[in-house]
Amino acid sequence: MAADLGTLIIGACQSGVQVATSLREFGDTSPITLVGEEPHAPYQRPPLSKELHGGTVKTSDLAFRTPDWYQRQDISLVTGERIVHLERNHDGGVATSSNGRQFRFSRLALTTGAAVRRLPLEGSELGGVHYLRDASDAAKLAADLAVARDVVVIGGGFIGLEVAAGARASGKRVTVLEAAPRLVGRAVAEGTSEYFRAAHQRRGTQIMLNARISRLTGTGGKVTEVELAGGTRVPADVVLIGVGVVPRTELAEQLGLAVDNGILVDESGLCSDGMTIAAGDCANLPNPYVRGDGGRLRLESVPHAMEHAKIAAAALLGRREPYQMVPWFWSDQSDIKLQIAGLSAGFDQTVQRGDPDSDKFALLYYRNGRIIAADCVNSPADFMAVRNALANGLDIPSDAAAQPGTRLKELIVEAAAA
Amino acid sequence: MPKVTFIQPDGMETVLETDTGTSVMRTAVSRGVPGIVAECGGSAMCATCHVYVEEPYLDGLPEISDVEDEMLDCTSSERCPNSRLSCQLKVASDIAVRLPETQV
Repeated sequence: MAADLGTLIIGACQSGVQVATSLREFGDTSPITLVGEEPHAPYQRPPLSKELHGGTVKTSDLAFRTPDWYQRQDISLVTGERIVHLERNHDGGVATSSNGRQFRFSRLALTTGAAVRRLPLEGSELGGVHYLRDASDAAKLAADLAVARDVVVIGGGFIGLEVAAGARASGKRVTVLEAAPRLVGRAVAEGTSEYFRAAHQRRGTQIMLNARISRLTGTGGKVTEVELAGGTRVPADVVLIGVGVVPRTELAEQLGLAVDNGILVDESGLCSDGMTIAAGDCANLPNPYVRGDGGRLRLESVPHAMEHAKIAAAALLGRREPYQMVPWFWSDQSDIKLQIAGLSAGFDQTVQRGDPDSDKFALLYYRNGRIIAADCVNSPADFMAVRNALANGLDIPSDAAAQPGTRLKELIVEAAAA
Repeated sequence: MPKVTFIQPDGMETVLETDTGTSVMRTAVSRGVPGIVAECGGSAMCATCHVYVEEPYLDGLPEISDVEDEMLDCTSSERCPNSRLSCQLKVASDIAVRLPETQV
C-alpha cells in the first residue's frame, strides 16, 4: 500500500478551513495541506461588503485563525499558489500550481468557491469600475469610495445593497440599477423586495428597476457616467458591479467529475467519483428543504459552507453524515439587518408581522398550511423561532402568527400530519 | 495584555491573552477554542457564540443591544442573567466566561 500522503484541500476559504478543522476534530492525524491562490491567510468574506466604508480593509483582522493555530494543528497552509492542473486515481494524485509547484495527496477536497459573474459591458475596463469578491477587491473599492461623491451599483442583490447602504450612510449620492422588475429577486419573495426598494429610497438611495445599461463612459481612463438605454445618464465616480457569482468547477472538470451549476455531490459531500469531496459555494447537493424529492441546491452562505464542510470532512474519513441543516442567510445593510430562515420558493400563503415602514417586520411563508420560511428585518426573535421550528420539524400556525404582539417562540407546535 | 479565560462545560479551562478591543468570540475562534461556533462571524446574527460571563466580571460590560437581547432569548442553551453573545464583548480587561452545553 502506498504511504499516506494525507489530504489536500484546494481553496483556502471558509469551507477549506472548516474541512481542515473538522478533520482534526474527528481525530485525523495524517498530513493536511490547505492551498489558496490569495496572498493572505484565510479570512472572513462577509465583512468585506459592509466594512469597506471606513476607507481601509485590514485582512489580518478578518483572519479565521492565528498563524500559530495552523502550526499547532499541523496543517500546512500554502498561500499564493493557484492550482491549475489536477489528476488523481484511487490511490491519490497530484495537483500542480501555476508556479509549477506540485502537491501530492492521498485524499482530495475541493473548496474552490465561486467567482464573480462578469458583465460584458462597454467601458467596464475604466478606472473606478469594481467587482467585489475578495480582500484585494475590497481594498481597491474602499480607496475609491473614500473620495467618491456619486456611486452607482449595478445589480440589486445582497452585495449591491450592502455596499449601497454603507455608501449612502457615509453621505454619498447612490443609485442602484437593477435589470429585473424587483430587488433581490433570487433570494426573497415580492413583499420583501418591495420593502427593500422603499427602505433604500427612504434613506435617499435612488433605485431604478428594469434598468437597461448601454455602456459606461469616462474621461482620462476613469468612469464618469453610466448610460442607460433611452439615453439617461447617471453620474458615477465609482461603479460596483454585483450581479452574482459562478461556481469554480474547472478543476473538477479536469477530473471528469459531474458538474451542473456546481460540482455535483451526494448528501454527504462526495463527488461523482465517490472519493473526492467538494463543499461550499462550488458544490451542488441534495437539500431536504428543497421542494420535491431529491431537489438539489447550490447555496452561497457562510453557515452552509461551514456545515457542508463538516459533513464532507467526515465523508473523507469514511463516515456518512447526511447534510440536514435548515438553510439560513443574513444581510447587513447599514441599519437594516435581514435574516432569512428556510427556503420560501413554492409558498402558497404569507403572514406579515410588524410594519415594513417601521423597518421592523417579518414575512412568514407557508405551503400546504405549514411554515416553510421567513424573511425577518430587524426581527431576530422571529427569525430564531422560525429557524428552530424548521430545524425540529415543527410548525407555527399561520392564524396564531398573524396576531400582533405574539411571541413566535411560544406558538411553536407539532406539525399536523400532511 | 488582558487575559480571557474560557471554561468548558466539563470544567476544563483555557486562558488566552488577547489585544484590547478584540472580541471574546474572535479570541476563541482564532485560537480554535471549542464551544464557540460563531457562524455569522460577529454580526449578532446567529446566536452561536453564547457564553455565561463569570460573576466577578459582570460589571463594566457593554450594554445588551436590542438585537443581542432578542437573539439571547432564543439561544440553544438556556438564557441566564449572565448570558451574552461573545461577539458583542470587546475585551477591555481580564474576563472569564463559561461555555454552554450546546450552541446550535
